[in-house]
Amino acid sequence: MKIHKYDTVIVGAGGAGMRAAIESTKRSRTAVLTKLYPTRSHTGAAQGGMAAALANVEEDNWEWHTFDTIKGGDYLVDQDAAEILAKEAIDAVLDLEKMGLPFGRTPAGEIDQRRFGGHSRNHGEAPVRRACYSGDRTGHMILQTLYQNCIKEGVEFFNEFYVLDQLLVEEDGVKKSAGVVAYELATGEIHVFQSKSVIYASGGTGKFFKVTSNAHTLTGDGQAACYRRGLPLEDMEFFQFHPTGIWRMGILLTEGARGEGGILRNKDGERFMEKYAPVMKDLASRDVVSRSIYTEIREGRGCGPEGDHVYLDLTHLPPEQLDAKLPDITEFARTYLGIEPYTDPIPIQPTAHYAMGGIPTNVQGEVLSDNTTVVPGLYAAGEVACVSVHGANRLGTNSLLDINVFGKRAGIAAAEYAHTADYIELPENPAAQVQAQVENLLSATGTERVAVIRKELQETMDANVMVFRTEQTIKTAVEKIGELRERYRNVSVQDKGKRFNTDLLEAIELGNLLDLAEVMAVSALARKESRGGHYREDYPNRDDVNFMRHTMAYREVADGGKDSIRLDYKPVVQTRYQPMERKY
Amino acid sequence: MATPTLDKADTAGAPEPGFADSPYITVTFRIRRFNPEISEEATWEDFQLEIDPKERVLDGLHKIKWELDGSLTFRRSCAHGICGSDAMRINGKNRLACKTLIKDINPSKPITIEAIKGLTVQKDLVVDMEPFFQAYRDVMPFLITKGNEPTRERLQSPEDRERFDDTTKCILCAACTSSCPVFWNDGQYFGPAAIVNAHRFIFDSRDEAGEQRLEILNDKDGVWRCRTTFNCTDACPRGIEVTKAIQEVKRALITRRF
Ligand code: SF4
Ligand code: FES
Repeated sequence: MKIHKYDTVIVGAGGAGMRAAIESTKRSRTAVLTKLYPTRSHTGAAQGGMAAALANVEEDNWEWHTFDTIKGGDYLVDQDAAEILAKEAIDAVLDLEKMGLPFGRTPAGEIDQRRFGGHSRNHGEAPVRRACYSGDRTGHMILQTLYQNCIKEGVEFFNEFYVLDQLLVEEDGVKKSAGVVAYELATGEIHVFQSKSVIYASGGTGKFFKVTSNAHTLTGDGQAACYRRGLPLEDMEFFQFHPTGIWRMGILLTEGARGEGGILRNKDGERFMEKYAPVMKDLASRDVVSRSIYTEIREGRGCGPEGDHVYLDLTHLPPEQLDAKLPDITEFARTYLGIEPYTDPIPIQPTAHYAMGGIPTNVQGEVLSDNTTVVPGLYAAGEVACVSVHGANRLGTNSLLDINVFGKRAGIAAAEYAHTADYIELPENPAAQVQAQVENLLSATGTERVAVIRKELQETMDANVMVFRTEQTIKTAVEKIGELRERYRNVSVQDKGKRFNTDLLEAIELGNLLDLAEVMAVSALARKESRGGHYREDYPNRDDVNFMRHTMAYREVADGGKDSIRLDYKPVVQTRYQPMERKY
Repeated sequence: MATPTLDKADTAGAPEPGFADSPYITVTFRIRRFNPEISEEATWEDFQLEIDPKERVLDGLHKIKWELDGSLTFRRSCAHGICGSDAMRINGKNRLACKTLIKDINPSKPITIEAIKGLTVQKDLVVDMEPFFQAYRDVMPFLITKGNEPTRERLQSPEDRERFDDTTKCILCAACTSSCPVFWNDGQYFGPAAIVNAHRFIFDSRDEAGEQRLEILNDKDGVWRCRTTFNCTDACPRGIEVTKAIQEVKRALITRRF
């Protein structure tokens, strides 16, 4: 076991982690621990754009953007946070441009902007061009640009280091962060990083679904590390299903395709979104579009022999426009489906895409251990966190924005805290839990296979807690997950070595997915209403009286070691927007 | 406007990405295994698997890892060609395993899979990427400007933006560099990927360090080592015209115009 000492440790090197690292490296001795090489992070998969009311191509302002974000999140958004997001968006985009990001340009040479779902002029009047983009690889360009600037700033990376435990020490009745414990993939060695502050920026948890746009590596490692140490997870029942994933594969096809004029059609060729969202049509918010697609499918208007998908039609757009604005997604259709989008519509279905919930933080990125208490030295930003700017449903282009705005804020706050704080003394045997976890898995001889349990988990999640949920389906999922968690105790790995043991890591990742899936299902069961991405057929309406509040899920451990989930609730911060019925 | 209907799609014969409705075939993956914890020797190992030919080589590797041999080791993340994790030599050519469909590489014969060349193999298909990223860092891959920052964005015409569009697509997968015979013989050569990324900044109208970058590439291990074999362009999964970018850098070195 090696012990390292840094002012600030950042867990994860996607957009949020690297944006934080650029700030914190300037101000404090920083280490970035990432389970992948930084440029492999899934920020690079984001396509369509990053919202900011630059008003480069038409009238716009950040107040409209704030409103759209709150309405998009079905009023579960903390309005103070949404205001910060929309206001600081403008500088966030300009910062990136100055760092070198090659944005698309207007004829006048300014940053060009395109339409995107849920973004409107003047509180819902009509779609507005607010998304700044770089072709359909905006996330790729953000990831590259941030990595390039990390090189420029001399950020210190520990590549292929898996953080498996968060060290919390109680001092005077307050939980404080003492550092993290990590597993080095290349050698199997365990490292303790003692630090004054820790920032989680480790991304989402979408791999507990089968049809998902998420990478294989998005397994909720940061959420699980904090949750197991008794910290709450907020709003985990809210998961976004992106309307346009490639049929059966789930690969993302950007909403920018509809922003450029693409149309969703059912088997009769009908532009069905006109029925569900007369004003915004194909550009309604994602939860609305995904539900509409499934309604079409359920009512027998789906395409294909099994009627299990609909079409994204780009055939009326000029090929030059597709080549210039949507080169990557048109290539995905060619590569993976053998379809030519110039002439044929693309079969799509909703795909699990984004966790709105996560580790609760305030607007400085400080992690909360309950509704109000800050954990000194602990921060989170990006998809792993819940500020909450996305509420019950995130608007497209607001996640690339979120990682930049709150990544920067967390980076500054964590580094400044490190200047004022002392190291917290490490607990005795700081690596004990991780050592035990690794040794147990390596020596286990059980008969269960990781891949089998993971597949069953993904199937139950797709079947029971996806776009449509009922008490019964959620209960089925809760039971199944319970059974899988039991079976997981009997899991073994084949690779017993120390070198690049990805077999072992997949087993650990599965443990994280199982815990988080359970939190998601249990939180969803208790929310007896429909709001944003959480739709209960048995409670189809939003219930502001009983459920205008954030879910806070805690892990409780009984004396015998058996764990359970305790739910609590946290009020939503409202500033100036009163909840209204949501229409698009 | 063409209004697509069910009929049209069906008769267009667009191949369905089906799993249930398509026949599984048996293929052999012949994989170059290496694990110094067990042996200093690398060996070939055959795996037979039943798979839908429309699936990716990566799906086949997962099938092996998840069902047959958990110790098979490779990097991967996104599974759709945008993260750059899984460049490998498939039937002797550098490709991304997640962007190569089994049906496109003649599955009637054993499919050979080995680590990319020119970088030290650490285990099975995993190589040491450090020298590759070092060459990337050496070309100063970040925007360098002089003078005060403007308050708004720097202006750039769509034409100027287009000038370096191709080379911004790079995902640092190393398929190009590890297909280059010059790099195989001499790991000191910067390699095509580093040059591609230098090109991305040299031809960016906002950048003011083109001269500096060109001097770096003028080095004995720089662009002049390139023998224009086009392996890199063939290998690039992002369709970047790598050789053309290198030629443009060479030309800029001669004319000092860019
Ligand atoms: S130029 Fe192409 S082949 Fe080379 S590293 Fe970049 S993406 Fe990979
Ligand atoms: S897994 Fe990301 S490029 Fe293949």
